[in-house]
Amino acid sequence: MTESFDNFWAIYSNLVLTIGINGLLALSIYLTLSCGLLAMANAAFMGIGAYTASLLTMNAGAPFSVALLGGMAAPTLVALVIGAPTLRLSGVYLAMATLGFGEVVRVAILNAESWTGGALGLNGIPQSTQWWHVVASLVIVLLVLWRLRRSRVGRAFEAIKEDGVAASLMGIGVLSHKMLAFTLGAAIAGLAGALNAHLTFFIGPSEFGFDRGVDILTMAILGGTGGLTGPVLGAAIITLLPELLRSLKDFRTMVNGIILVVIVLFLPRGLWDPLRFKQWWARRKAVTAASGEKR
Amino acid sequence: MLEQQLVNALSLGSVYALFALGFTLIFGVLGVINLSHGAVFMLGAYAALQAVVKLHLPLWAALIAALLFSGVVGMLIDVLVLRPLRKRNAPHLIPMIATIGIGIFFNNAVQGIFSADNQRFPSDLLPDQQVYFAGVQVSVLEIAIIVLSFALMGALFFIMNRTQIGRALRAIAESPKAAALLGINVEGLFLLTSFTAAALGGVAGVLIALYSNAVFPLMGQPILHKGIAVIILGGMGDIRGALVGAMFLGFAEVLSVAYIGSTMRDAVGFGLLFLVLLLRPQGLFGKVLERKA
Repeated sequence: MTESFDNFWAIYSNLVLTIGINGLLALSIYLTLSCGLLAMANAAFMGIGAYTASLLTMNAGAPFSVALLGGMAAPTLVALVIGAPTLRLSGVYLAMATLGFGEVVRVAILNAESWTGGALGLNGIPQSTQWWHVVASLVIVLLVLWRLRRSRVGRAFEAIKEDGVAASLMGIGVLSHKMLAFTLGAAIAGLAGALNAHLTFFIGPSEFGFDRGVDILTMAILGGTGGLTGPVLGAAIITLLPELLRSLKDFRTMVNGIILVVIVLFLPRGLWDPLRFKQWWARRKAVTAASGEKR
Repeated sequence: MLEQQLVNALSLGSVYALFALGFTLIFGVLGVINLSHGAVFMLGAYAALQAVVKLHLPLWAALIAALLFSGVVGMLIDVLVLRPLRKRNAPHLIPMIATIGIGIFFNNAVQGIFSADNQRFPSDLLPDQQVYFAGVQVSVLEIAIIVLSFALMGALFFIMNRTQIGRALRAIAESPKAAALLGINVEGLFLLTSFTAAALGGVAGVLIALYSNAVFPLMGQPILHKGIAVIILGGMGDIRGALVGAMFLGFAEVLSVAYIGSTMRDAVGFGLLFLVLLLRPQGLFGKVLERKA
Protein backbone atom coordinates (compact mmCIF):
# COMPACT_ATOMS: atom_id res chain seq x y z
CA MET A 1 0.00 0.00 0.00
CA THR A 2 2.66 2.47 1.06
CA GLU A 3 4.79 1.36 -1.87
CA SER A 4 2.07 2.07 -4.41
CA PHE A 5 1.51 5.42 -2.74
CA ASP A 6 5.22 6.18 -3.00
CA ASN A 7 5.06 5.33 -6.69
CA PHE A 8 2.05 7.52 -7.20
CA TRP A 9 3.68 10.37 -5.29
CA ALA A 10 6.93 10.08 -7.21
CA ILE A 11 5.06 10.55 -10.49
CA TYR A 12 2.28 12.91 -9.53
CA SER A 13 3.57 14.97 -6.59
CA ASN A 14 4.22 17.99 -8.82
CA LEU A 15 0.73 17.76 -10.28
CA VAL A 16 -0.90 17.52 -6.85
CA LEU A 17 1.11 20.44 -5.48
CA THR A 18 0.30 22.47 -8.61
CA ILE A 19 -3.39 21.94 -7.84
CA GLY A 20 -2.77 23.48 -4.42
CA ILE A 21 -0.86 26.44 -5.87
CA ASN A 22 -3.51 27.01 -8.53
CA GLY A 23 -6.09 26.81 -5.76
CA LEU A 24 -4.34 29.71 -4.04
CA LEU A 25 -4.36 31.69 -7.29
CA ALA A 26 -8.05 31.02 -7.87
CA LEU A 27 -8.78 32.13 -4.30
CA SER A 28 -6.80 35.32 -4.86
CA ILE A 29 -9.04 36.32 -7.77
CA TYR A 30 -12.12 35.09 -5.90
CA LEU A 31 -11.31 37.65 -3.18
CA THR A 32 -11.37 40.63 -5.54
CA LEU A 33 -14.42 39.23 -7.36
CA SER A 34 -16.24 38.90 -4.03
CA CYS A 35 -15.77 42.66 -3.62
CA GLY A 36 -17.16 43.25 -7.12
CA LEU A 37 -13.77 44.01 -8.67
CA LEU A 38 -12.73 42.37 -11.91
CA ALA A 39 -9.00 42.85 -11.41
CA MET A 40 -6.89 40.88 -13.87
CA ALA A 41 -3.52 41.65 -12.28
CA ASN A 42 -3.16 38.39 -10.33
CA ALA A 43 -0.75 36.81 -12.78
CA ALA A 44 1.43 39.91 -12.52
CA PHE A 45 1.32 39.81 -8.71
CA MET A 46 2.20 36.13 -8.87
CA GLY A 47 5.19 37.03 -11.04
CA ILE A 48 6.33 39.79 -8.70
CA GLY A 49 6.08 37.35 -5.77
CA ALA A 50 7.91 34.61 -7.67
CA TYR A 51 10.79 36.87 -8.73
CA THR A 52 11.12 38.55 -5.32
CA ALA A 53 11.21 35.23 -3.47
CA SER A 54 13.62 33.64 -5.95
CA LEU A 55 16.00 36.59 -5.84
CA LEU A 56 15.88 36.50 -2.04
CA THR A 57 16.87 32.82 -1.86
CA MET A 58 19.30 32.83 -4.79
CA ASN A 59 21.10 36.17 -4.41
CA ALA A 60 20.61 37.14 -0.78
CA GLY A 61 20.77 33.59 0.59
CA ALA A 62 17.66 34.22 2.66
CA PRO A 63 15.88 31.31 4.36
CA PHE A 64 12.72 30.02 2.67
CA SER A 65 10.38 31.56 5.24
CA VAL A 66 11.85 35.02 4.64
CA ALA A 67 11.58 34.48 0.89
CA LEU A 68 7.90 33.56 1.22
CA LEU A 69 7.24 36.66 3.32
CA GLY A 70 9.12 38.82 0.80
CA GLY A 71 7.15 37.17 -2.00
CA MET A 72 3.96 38.27 -0.29
CA ALA A 73 5.14 41.75 0.75
CA ALA A 74 6.40 42.93 -2.65
CA PRO A 75 3.14 42.44 -4.59
CA THR A 76 1.21 43.92 -1.66
CA LEU A 77 3.27 47.11 -1.86
CA VAL A 78 2.85 47.29 -5.64
CA ALA A 79 -0.90 46.73 -5.23
CA LEU A 80 -1.04 49.65 -2.78
CA VAL A 81 0.67 51.93 -5.31
CA ILE A 82 -1.37 51.01 -8.38
CA GLY A 83 -4.59 50.41 -6.44
CA ALA A 84 -4.98 54.04 -5.44
CA PRO A 85 -5.57 55.37 -8.97
CA THR A 86 -7.01 52.27 -10.68
CA LEU A 87 -9.58 51.16 -8.09
CA ARG A 88 -11.50 54.36 -8.80
CA LEU A 89 -12.39 52.72 -12.12
CA SER A 90 -15.33 50.39 -12.20
CA GLY A 91 -16.30 47.26 -14.08
CA VAL A 92 -14.60 46.58 -17.37
CA TYR A 93 -12.51 49.76 -17.12
CA LEU A 94 -10.75 48.24 -14.13
CA ALA A 95 -10.31 44.96 -16.01
CA MET A 96 -8.62 46.78 -18.89
CA ALA A 97 -6.40 48.87 -16.62
CA THR A 98 -5.23 45.81 -14.68
CA LEU A 99 -4.66 43.86 -17.91
CA GLY A 100 -2.50 46.76 -19.06
CA PHE A 101 -0.64 46.71 -15.75
CA GLY A 102 0.03 42.99 -16.22
CA GLU A 103 1.69 43.72 -19.57
CA VAL A 104 3.74 46.49 -17.95
CA VAL A 105 5.03 44.03 -15.34
CA ARG A 106 5.88 41.42 -17.97
CA VAL A 107 7.80 43.94 -20.04
CA ALA A 108 9.55 45.31 -16.95
CA ILE A 109 10.71 41.78 -15.99
CA LEU A 110 11.85 41.23 -19.56
CA ASN A 111 13.95 44.40 -19.57
CA ALA A 112 15.46 44.26 -16.06
CA GLU A 113 17.91 41.67 -17.37
CA SER A 114 20.65 42.13 -14.79
CA TRP A 115 18.20 41.08 -12.05
CA THR A 116 15.70 38.83 -13.68
CA GLY A 117 17.68 37.21 -16.48
CA GLY A 118 15.36 38.82 -19.05
CA ALA A 119 13.70 36.45 -21.50
CA LEU A 120 15.88 33.55 -20.30
CA GLY A 121 14.31 33.70 -16.85
CA LEU A 122 15.80 32.53 -13.59
CA ASN A 123 17.21 29.04 -13.48
CA GLY A 124 18.28 26.83 -10.59
CA ILE A 125 15.99 28.16 -7.88
CA PRO A 126 16.39 25.86 -4.83
CA GLN A 127 13.52 23.33 -4.60
CA SER A 128 12.53 24.28 -1.07
CA THR A 129 8.77 23.84 -1.41
CA GLN A 130 7.68 20.75 0.51
CA TRP A 131 4.19 19.29 0.21
CA TRP A 132 3.22 20.57 3.64
CA HIS A 133 4.17 24.13 2.72
CA VAL A 134 1.52 24.07 0.02
CA VAL A 135 -1.07 22.34 2.20
CA ALA A 136 -0.43 24.69 5.13
CA SER A 137 -0.64 27.77 2.90
CA LEU A 138 -3.89 26.60 1.36
CA VAL A 139 -5.41 25.77 4.75
CA ILE A 140 -4.34 29.09 6.28
CA VAL A 141 -5.62 31.10 3.31
CA LEU A 142 -8.91 29.18 3.35
CA LEU A 143 -9.30 29.80 7.10
CA VAL A 144 -8.54 33.51 6.76
CA LEU A 145 -10.97 33.92 3.86
CA TRP A 146 -13.62 31.84 5.64
CA ARG A 147 -13.29 34.04 8.73
CA LEU A 148 -13.34 37.13 6.52
CA ARG A 149 -16.56 36.07 4.78
CA ARG A 150 -18.40 35.84 8.06
CA SER A 151 -17.02 39.10 9.42
CA ARG A 152 -18.08 42.71 9.11
CA VAL A 153 -15.50 43.17 6.34
CA GLY A 154 -16.86 40.23 4.35
CA ARG A 155 -20.38 41.57 4.56
CA ALA A 156 -19.09 44.98 3.48
CA PHE A 157 -17.45 43.29 0.44
CA GLU A 158 -20.77 41.72 -0.43
CA ALA A 159 -22.63 45.02 -0.06
CA ILE A 160 -20.10 46.76 -2.34
CA LYS A 161 -20.41 43.95 -4.88
CA GLU A 162 -24.19 44.28 -4.98
CA ASP A 163 -24.25 48.08 -5.14
CA GLY A 164 -21.30 50.34 -4.42
CA VAL A 165 -23.30 53.54 -4.13
CA ALA A 166 -25.81 52.01 -1.72
CA ALA A 167 -22.94 50.56 0.32
CA SER A 168 -21.25 53.95 0.63
CA LEU A 169 -24.56 55.47 1.75
CA MET A 170 -24.69 52.89 4.53
CA GLY A 171 -21.38 54.25 5.77
CA ILE A 172 -19.08 51.59 4.28
CA GLY A 173 -15.69 52.94 3.18
CA VAL A 174 -15.90 51.62 -0.38
CA LEU A 175 -12.41 52.53 -1.56
CA SER A 176 -10.65 51.25 1.56
CA HIS A 177 -12.51 47.93 1.40
CA LYS A 178 -11.70 47.58 -2.29
CA MET A 179 -8.08 48.33 -1.47
CA LEU A 180 -8.10 45.66 1.24
CA ALA A 181 -9.48 43.03 -1.16
CA PHE A 182 -7.02 44.06 -3.87
CA THR A 183 -3.90 44.01 -1.65
CA LEU A 184 -4.88 40.81 0.16
CA GLY A 185 -5.50 39.17 -3.23
CA ALA A 186 -2.07 40.38 -4.36
CA ALA A 187 -0.45 38.88 -1.25
CA ILE A 188 -2.09 35.49 -1.86
CA ALA A 189 -1.08 35.53 -5.53
CA GLY A 190 2.47 36.46 -4.49
CA LEU A 191 2.55 33.56 -2.03
CA ALA A 192 1.43 31.19 -4.79
CA GLY A 193 4.14 32.59 -7.06
CA ALA A 194 6.84 32.15 -4.42
CA LEU A 195 5.77 28.56 -3.70
CA ASN A 196 5.56 27.75 -7.40
CA ALA A 197 9.01 29.18 -8.16
CA HIS A 198 10.57 26.98 -5.45
CA LEU A 199 8.71 23.95 -6.78
CA THR A 200 9.56 24.18 -10.48
CA PHE A 201 13.05 25.74 -9.95
CA PHE A 202 12.65 27.80 -13.13
CA ILE A 203 10.68 30.96 -13.83
CA GLY A 204 10.44 33.12 -16.95
CA PRO A 205 8.55 36.29 -17.80
CA SER A 206 6.14 34.61 -20.23
CA GLU A 207 4.72 32.50 -17.40
CA PHE A 208 3.15 35.54 -15.81
CA GLY A 209 1.51 37.12 -18.83
CA PHE A 210 -2.00 37.41 -20.16
CA ASP A 211 -2.51 33.65 -20.58
CA ARG A 212 -1.79 32.92 -16.93
CA GLY A 213 -4.18 35.68 -15.91
CA VAL A 214 -6.87 34.13 -18.09
CA ASP A 215 -6.17 30.68 -16.63
CA ILE A 216 -6.61 32.00 -13.10
CA LEU A 217 -9.89 33.65 -14.01
CA THR A 218 -11.08 30.49 -15.79
CA MET A 219 -10.48 28.40 -12.67
CA ALA A 220 -12.52 30.71 -10.46
CA ILE A 221 -15.36 31.11 -12.97
CA LEU A 222 -15.50 27.39 -13.76
CA GLY A 223 -15.70 26.42 -10.11
CA GLY A 224 -18.01 29.23 -9.14
CA THR A 225 -17.28 32.37 -7.19
CA GLY A 226 -20.13 32.16 -4.71
CA GLY A 227 -17.95 30.55 -2.04
CA LEU A 228 -14.55 29.14 -1.21
CA THR A 229 -15.17 25.62 -2.55
CA GLY A 230 -15.75 26.72 -6.15
CA PRO A 231 -12.34 28.29 -6.89
CA VAL A 232 -10.43 25.33 -5.42
CA LEU A 233 -12.59 22.86 -7.36
CA GLY A 234 -12.09 24.88 -10.55
CA ALA A 235 -8.32 24.96 -9.96
CA ALA A 236 -8.25 21.17 -9.56
CA ILE A 237 -10.23 20.61 -12.78
CA ILE A 238 -8.22 23.05 -14.90
CA THR A 239 -4.96 21.57 -13.61
CA LEU A 240 -6.02 17.98 -14.25
CA LEU A 241 -7.78 18.58 -17.57
CA PRO A 242 -4.66 18.59 -19.81
CA GLU A 243 -3.61 15.28 -18.24
CA LEU A 244 -7.01 13.72 -18.86
CA LEU A 245 -7.25 15.01 -22.44
CA ARG A 246 -3.87 13.77 -23.62
CA SER A 247 -5.50 11.80 -26.45
CA LEU A 248 -6.73 15.01 -28.08
CA LYS A 249 -3.14 16.17 -28.65
CA ASP A 250 -3.06 19.52 -30.48
CA PHE A 251 -6.71 20.26 -29.83
CA ARG A 252 -6.26 19.81 -26.08
CA THR A 253 -6.26 23.45 -25.03
CA MET A 254 -9.14 24.12 -27.40
CA VAL A 255 -11.31 22.27 -24.88
CA ASN A 256 -10.45 24.93 -22.25
CA GLY A 257 -11.95 27.55 -24.53
CA ILE A 258 -15.11 25.53 -25.14
CA ILE A 259 -15.50 24.85 -21.42
CA LEU A 260 -15.20 28.54 -20.63
CA VAL A 261 -17.87 29.52 -23.17
CA VAL A 262 -20.23 26.70 -22.18
CA ILE A 263 -19.92 27.45 -18.46
CA VAL A 264 -20.57 31.15 -19.01
CA LEU A 265 -23.57 30.41 -21.23
CA PHE A 266 -25.22 27.62 -19.29
CA LEU A 267 -23.87 27.62 -15.72
CA PRO A 268 -23.26 31.29 -14.98
CA ARG A 269 -22.67 30.66 -11.31
CA GLY A 270 -20.09 27.94 -11.90
CA LEU A 271 -20.02 24.24 -11.15
CA TRP A 272 -20.20 24.57 -7.37
CA ASP A 273 -23.42 26.39 -6.75
CA PRO A 274 -25.03 25.55 -3.39
CA LEU A 275 -28.21 27.38 -4.41
CA ARG A 276 -28.68 25.11 -7.43
CA PHE A 277 -27.94 22.01 -5.33
CA LYS A 278 -30.59 23.14 -2.86
CA GLN A 279 -33.11 23.68 -5.64
CA TRP A 280 -32.41 20.23 -7.10
CA TRP A 281 -32.76 18.70 -3.67
CA ALA A 282 -36.03 20.52 -3.02
CA ARG A 283 -37.38 19.44 -6.42
CA ARG A 284 -36.43 15.80 -5.82
CA LYS A 285 -38.08 15.92 -2.43
CA ALA A 286 -41.19 17.44 -3.95
CA VAL A 287 -41.29 14.77 -6.64
CA THR A 288 -40.90 11.91 -4.17
CA ALA A 289 -43.47 13.47 -1.85
CA ALA A 290 -45.93 13.81 -4.74
CA SER A 291 -45.46 10.22 -5.86
CA GLY A 292 -45.84 9.14 -2.22
CA GLU A 293 -49.20 10.89 -2.00
CA LYS A 294 -50.47 9.19 -5.16
CA ARG A 295 -49.77 5.87 -3.60
CA MET B 1 16.64 59.18 -41.33
CA LEU B 2 13.99 60.75 -39.18
CA GLU B 3 11.58 61.05 -42.11
CA GLN B 4 12.09 57.35 -42.85
CA GLN B 5 11.20 56.46 -39.27
CA LEU B 6 8.12 58.66 -39.38
CA VAL B 7 6.81 56.79 -42.43
CA ASN B 8 7.40 53.45 -40.70
CA ALA B 9 5.64 54.73 -37.60
CA LEU B 10 2.71 55.97 -39.66
CA SER B 11 2.17 52.59 -41.33
CA LEU B 12 2.51 50.69 -38.04
CA GLY B 13 0.24 53.16 -36.27
CA SER B 14 -2.44 52.93 -38.94
CA VAL B 15 -2.60 49.13 -38.67
CA TYR B 16 -2.84 49.44 -34.87
CA ALA B 17 -5.60 51.99 -35.38
CA LEU B 18 -7.52 49.67 -37.69
CA PHE B 19 -7.34 46.91 -35.10
CA ALA B 20 -8.14 49.18 -32.16
CA LEU B 21 -11.11 50.78 -33.96
CA GLY B 22 -12.94 47.45 -34.12
CA PHE B 23 -12.03 46.80 -30.52
CA THR B 24 -13.28 50.17 -29.33
CA LEU B 25 -16.38 50.00 -31.56
CA ILE B 26 -17.53 46.79 -29.88
CA PHE B 27 -16.84 48.30 -26.49
CA GLY B 28 -18.59 51.56 -27.27
CA VAL B 29 -21.72 50.04 -28.78
CA LEU B 30 -22.09 46.60 -27.18
CA GLY B 31 -20.32 47.45 -23.92
CA VAL B 32 -18.21 44.30 -24.24
CA ILE B 33 -14.44 44.02 -24.07
CA ASN B 34 -14.01 41.60 -26.92
CA LEU B 35 -10.89 39.62 -26.05
CA SER B 36 -11.46 37.36 -29.06
CA HIS B 37 -10.63 40.29 -31.36
CA GLY B 38 -7.01 39.10 -31.56
CA ALA B 39 -8.20 35.70 -32.76
CA VAL B 40 -10.48 37.32 -35.36
CA PHE B 41 -7.44 39.31 -36.56
CA MET B 42 -5.53 36.04 -36.95
CA LEU B 43 -8.47 34.38 -38.75
CA GLY B 44 -8.48 37.26 -41.26
CA ALA B 45 -4.83 36.64 -42.06
CA TYR B 46 -5.40 32.88 -42.47
CA ALA B 47 -8.47 33.47 -44.64
CA ALA B 48 -6.48 35.69 -47.00
CA LEU B 49 -3.61 33.20 -47.08
CA GLN B 50 -5.96 30.32 -47.93
CA ALA B 51 -7.68 32.42 -50.60
CA VAL B 52 -4.33 33.13 -52.22
CA VAL B 53 -2.75 29.68 -51.87
CA LYS B 54 -5.74 27.38 -52.36
CA LEU B 55 -8.12 29.43 -54.49
CA HIS B 56 -5.40 31.36 -56.38
CA LEU B 57 -7.24 34.62 -55.94
CA PRO B 58 -5.42 37.91 -56.55
CA LEU B 59 -4.43 39.86 -53.48
CA TRP B 60 -7.27 42.41 -53.60
CA ALA B 61 -9.86 39.63 -53.83
CA ALA B 62 -8.18 37.79 -50.96
CA LEU B 63 -8.40 40.96 -48.90
CA ILE B 64 -12.15 41.20 -49.55
CA ALA B 65 -12.55 37.50 -48.79
CA ALA B 66 -10.74 37.99 -45.48
CA LEU B 67 -12.91 41.01 -44.69
CA LEU B 68 -16.11 39.06 -45.32
CA PHE B 69 -14.89 35.93 -43.55
CA SER B 70 -13.83 37.70 -40.36
CA GLY B 71 -16.97 39.81 -40.45
CA VAL B 72 -19.13 36.70 -40.56
CA VAL B 73 -17.11 35.20 -37.70
CA GLY B 74 -17.84 38.36 -35.73
CA MET B 75 -21.56 38.02 -36.45
CA LEU B 76 -21.50 34.37 -35.38
CA ILE B 77 -19.82 35.34 -32.10
CA ASP B 78 -22.55 37.89 -31.52
CA VAL B 79 -25.44 35.56 -32.39
CA LEU B 80 -24.17 32.42 -30.67
CA VAL B 81 -22.59 33.86 -27.53
CA LEU B 82 -23.12 37.55 -26.89
CA ARG B 83 -26.84 37.68 -27.73
CA PRO B 84 -27.86 34.92 -25.29
CA LEU B 85 -25.84 36.69 -22.60
CA ARG B 86 -27.56 40.00 -23.37
CA LYS B 87 -30.95 38.29 -23.17
CA ARG B 88 -30.06 37.02 -19.73
CA ASN B 89 -28.84 40.47 -18.72
CA ALA B 90 -25.50 39.02 -17.61
CA PRO B 91 -23.20 41.43 -15.74
CA HIS B 92 -20.58 42.98 -18.00
CA LEU B 93 -17.67 40.83 -16.89
CA ILE B 94 -19.44 37.69 -18.12
CA PRO B 95 -19.36 38.46 -21.90
CA MET B 96 -15.69 39.40 -21.58
CA ILE B 97 -14.91 36.01 -20.08
CA ALA B 98 -16.90 34.31 -22.83
CA THR B 99 -14.81 36.11 -25.47
CA ILE B 100 -11.64 34.89 -23.75
CA GLY B 101 -12.97 31.35 -24.27
CA ILE B 102 -13.75 32.09 -27.94
CA GLY B 103 -10.21 33.39 -28.42
CA ILE B 104 -8.66 30.28 -26.88
CA PHE B 105 -10.91 28.13 -29.06
CA PHE B 106 -9.96 29.82 -32.35
CA ASN B 107 -6.25 30.04 -31.55
CA ASN B 108 -6.04 26.35 -30.76
CA ALA B 109 -8.35 25.22 -33.55
CA VAL B 110 -6.15 26.99 -36.10
CA GLN B 111 -3.05 25.60 -34.45
CA GLY B 112 -4.54 22.13 -34.66
CA ILE B 113 -5.53 22.47 -38.32
CA PHE B 114 -2.60 24.43 -39.81
CA SER B 115 0.09 23.61 -37.18
CA ALA B 116 1.94 26.21 -35.15
CA ASP B 117 4.43 26.85 -37.97
CA ASN B 118 4.95 30.24 -39.49
CA GLN B 119 3.37 30.45 -42.96
CA ARG B 120 4.13 33.01 -45.65
CA PHE B 121 2.42 34.58 -48.61
CA PRO B 122 3.97 33.56 -51.97
CA SER B 123 6.85 35.95 -52.56
CA ASP B 124 5.80 36.92 -56.13
CA LEU B 125 2.53 38.21 -54.73
CA LEU B 126 3.92 41.10 -52.77
CA PRO B 127 4.45 44.40 -54.52
CA ASP B 128 8.12 45.12 -53.82
CA GLN B 129 8.56 48.36 -55.73
CA GLN B 130 10.01 51.22 -53.80
CA VAL B 131 8.94 54.81 -54.23
CA TYR B 132 11.29 57.67 -53.47
CA PHE B 133 9.47 60.65 -52.14
CA ALA B 134 11.36 63.72 -50.86
CA GLY B 135 14.36 61.57 -50.06
CA VAL B 136 12.32 58.96 -48.21
CA GLN B 137 12.14 55.39 -49.41
CA VAL B 138 8.62 54.00 -49.12
CA SER B 139 7.46 50.62 -50.34
CA VAL B 140 4.23 50.35 -52.30
CA LEU B 141 3.01 48.00 -49.59
CA GLU B 142 3.46 50.66 -46.92
CA ILE B 143 1.61 53.23 -49.02
CA ALA B 144 -1.19 50.73 -49.62
CA ILE B 145 -1.41 49.98 -45.89
CA ILE B 146 -1.59 53.65 -44.95
CA VAL B 147 -4.10 54.55 -47.68
CA LEU B 148 -6.33 51.54 -47.03
CA SER B 149 -6.30 52.06 -43.27
CA PHE B 150 -7.16 55.72 -43.53
CA ALA B 151 -9.85 55.04 -46.15
CA LEU B 152 -11.55 52.50 -43.90
CA MET B 153 -11.21 54.76 -40.87
CA GLY B 154 -12.56 57.72 -42.83
CA ALA B 155 -15.56 55.66 -43.91
CA LEU B 156 -16.17 54.68 -40.29
CA PHE B 157 -15.94 58.29 -39.10
CA PHE B 158 -18.33 59.36 -41.81
CA ILE B 159 -20.83 56.65 -40.93
CA MET B 160 -20.64 57.37 -37.21
CA ASN B 161 -20.98 61.15 -37.48
CA ARG B 162 -22.98 61.88 -40.60
CA THR B 163 -25.48 59.10 -41.21
CA GLN B 164 -28.68 57.88 -39.64
CA ILE B 165 -27.02 54.57 -38.75
CA GLY B 166 -24.25 56.43 -36.95
CA ARG B 167 -26.75 58.47 -34.98
CA ALA B 168 -28.61 55.28 -34.05
CA LEU B 169 -25.33 53.63 -32.97
CA ARG B 170 -24.44 56.61 -30.79
CA ALA B 171 -27.92 56.46 -29.26
CA ILE B 172 -27.36 52.78 -28.47
CA ALA B 173 -23.99 53.62 -26.92
CA GLU B 174 -25.80 55.99 -24.55
CA SER B 175 -28.56 53.56 -23.66
CA PRO B 176 -29.70 50.47 -25.59
CA LYS B 177 -33.07 50.51 -23.81
CA ALA B 178 -33.88 54.11 -24.67
CA ALA B 179 -32.73 53.49 -28.25
CA ALA B 180 -35.08 50.51 -28.54
CA LEU B 181 -37.95 52.65 -27.24
CA LEU B 182 -37.20 55.18 -29.96
CA GLY B 183 -37.80 52.49 -32.55
CA ILE B 184 -34.18 51.72 -33.33
CA ASN B 185 -33.52 48.13 -34.35
CA VAL B 186 -30.98 47.54 -31.58
CA GLU B 187 -30.31 43.83 -32.23
CA GLY B 188 -29.81 44.46 -35.95
CA LEU B 189 -27.32 47.22 -35.28
CA PHE B 190 -25.47 45.08 -32.74
CA LEU B 191 -25.10 42.51 -35.51
CA LEU B 192 -23.91 45.16 -37.96
CA THR B 193 -21.42 46.49 -35.41
CA SER B 194 -20.08 43.00 -34.77
CA PHE B 195 -19.62 42.50 -38.51
CA THR B 196 -17.90 45.85 -39.03
CA ALA B 197 -15.60 45.53 -36.04
CA ALA B 198 -14.54 41.99 -36.92
CA ALA B 199 -14.09 42.94 -40.59
CA LEU B 200 -11.78 45.82 -39.62
CA GLY B 201 -9.87 43.42 -37.36
CA GLY B 202 -9.56 40.85 -40.15
CA VAL B 203 -8.24 43.43 -42.62
CA ALA B 204 -5.72 44.61 -40.03
CA GLY B 205 -4.64 40.96 -39.72
CA VAL B 206 -4.04 40.65 -43.47
CA LEU B 207 -2.09 43.94 -43.56
CA ILE B 208 0.17 42.94 -40.66
CA ALA B 209 0.65 39.51 -42.22
CA LEU B 210 1.76 41.16 -45.49
CA TYR B 211 3.91 43.74 -43.71
CA SER B 212 5.83 41.25 -41.56
CA ASN B 213 5.26 38.35 -44.00
CA ALA B 214 4.30 35.99 -41.20
CA VAL B 215 1.08 34.12 -40.45
CA PHE B 216 0.94 32.00 -37.32
CA PRO B 217 -1.84 30.92 -34.90
CA LEU B 218 -0.83 33.18 -32.01
CA MET B 219 -0.20 36.28 -34.11
CA GLY B 220 -3.28 37.91 -32.61
CA GLN B 221 -2.12 37.85 -29.00
CA PRO B 222 0.57 40.57 -29.10
CA ILE B 223 -1.69 42.87 -31.09
CA LEU B 224 -4.54 42.19 -28.68
CA HIS B 225 -2.33 43.39 -25.84
CA LYS B 226 -1.39 46.43 -27.90
CA GLY B 227 -5.03 47.04 -28.70
CA ILE B 228 -5.72 47.06 -24.97
CA ALA B 229 -2.89 49.56 -24.50
CA VAL B 230 -4.21 51.71 -27.34
CA ILE B 231 -7.73 51.98 -26.04
CA ILE B 232 -6.51 52.64 -22.50
CA LEU B 233 -4.26 55.39 -23.86
CA GLY B 234 -7.03 56.90 -25.92
CA GLY B 235 -9.93 56.34 -23.60
CA MET B 236 -12.24 53.34 -23.90
CA GLY B 237 -15.06 53.39 -26.41
CA ASP B 238 -13.82 56.57 -28.05
CA ILE B 239 -13.07 56.40 -31.79
CA ARG B 240 -10.87 59.52 -31.87
CA GLY B 241 -9.06 58.15 -28.83
CA ALA B 242 -8.36 54.84 -30.57
CA LEU B 243 -6.83 56.66 -33.55
CA VAL B 244 -4.68 58.96 -31.41
CA GLY B 245 -3.68 56.13 -29.06
CA ALA B 246 -2.69 53.88 -31.98
CA MET B 247 -0.57 56.57 -33.62
CA PHE B 248 0.98 57.36 -30.26
CA LEU B 249 1.94 53.71 -29.76
CA GLY B 250 3.17 53.30 -33.34
CA PHE B 251 5.41 56.36 -33.10
CA ALA B 252 6.62 55.48 -29.58
CA GLU B 253 7.59 51.97 -30.71
CA VAL B 254 9.32 52.89 -33.94
CA LEU B 255 11.18 55.86 -32.51
CA SER B 256 12.31 53.92 -29.45
CA VAL B 257 13.65 51.12 -31.65
CA ALA B 258 15.47 53.66 -33.79
CA TYR B 259 16.95 55.80 -31.05
CA ILE B 260 17.07 53.74 -27.84
CA GLY B 261 17.32 50.10 -28.89
CA SER B 262 15.07 47.25 -29.98
CA THR B 263 14.76 45.70 -26.50
CA MET B 264 13.04 48.85 -25.31
CA ARG B 265 10.32 48.64 -27.95
CA ASP B 266 7.59 47.25 -25.73
CA ALA B 267 9.00 48.92 -22.62
CA VAL B 268 8.43 52.42 -24.00
CA GLY B 269 4.90 51.68 -25.19
CA PHE B 270 3.82 50.00 -22.01
CA GLY B 271 5.77 52.44 -19.83
CA LEU B 272 3.62 55.20 -21.33
CA LEU B 273 0.62 53.03 -20.63
CA PHE B 274 1.66 52.69 -17.00
CA LEU B 275 2.01 56.45 -16.64
CA VAL B 276 -1.44 56.96 -18.15
CA LEU B 277 -2.82 54.34 -15.76
CA LEU B 278 -1.37 56.11 -12.76
CA LEU B 279 -2.14 59.68 -13.75
CA ARG B 280 -5.23 59.42 -15.91
CA PRO B 281 -6.70 55.92 -15.72
CA GLN B 282 -9.70 56.91 -17.81
CA GLY B 283 -7.41 57.58 -20.80
CA LEU B 284 -6.66 60.72 -22.78
CA PHE B 285 -10.21 61.22 -24.05
CA GLY B 286 -12.16 59.03 -21.65
CA LYS B 287 -14.61 60.01 -18.99
CA VAL B 288 -15.04 58.17 -15.72
CA LEU B 289 -18.64 57.12 -15.62
CA GLU B 290 -19.92 57.38 -12.13
CA ARG B 291 -23.42 56.79 -10.98
CA LYS B 292 -24.56 59.53 -8.69
CA ALA B 293 -27.02 58.51 -6.04
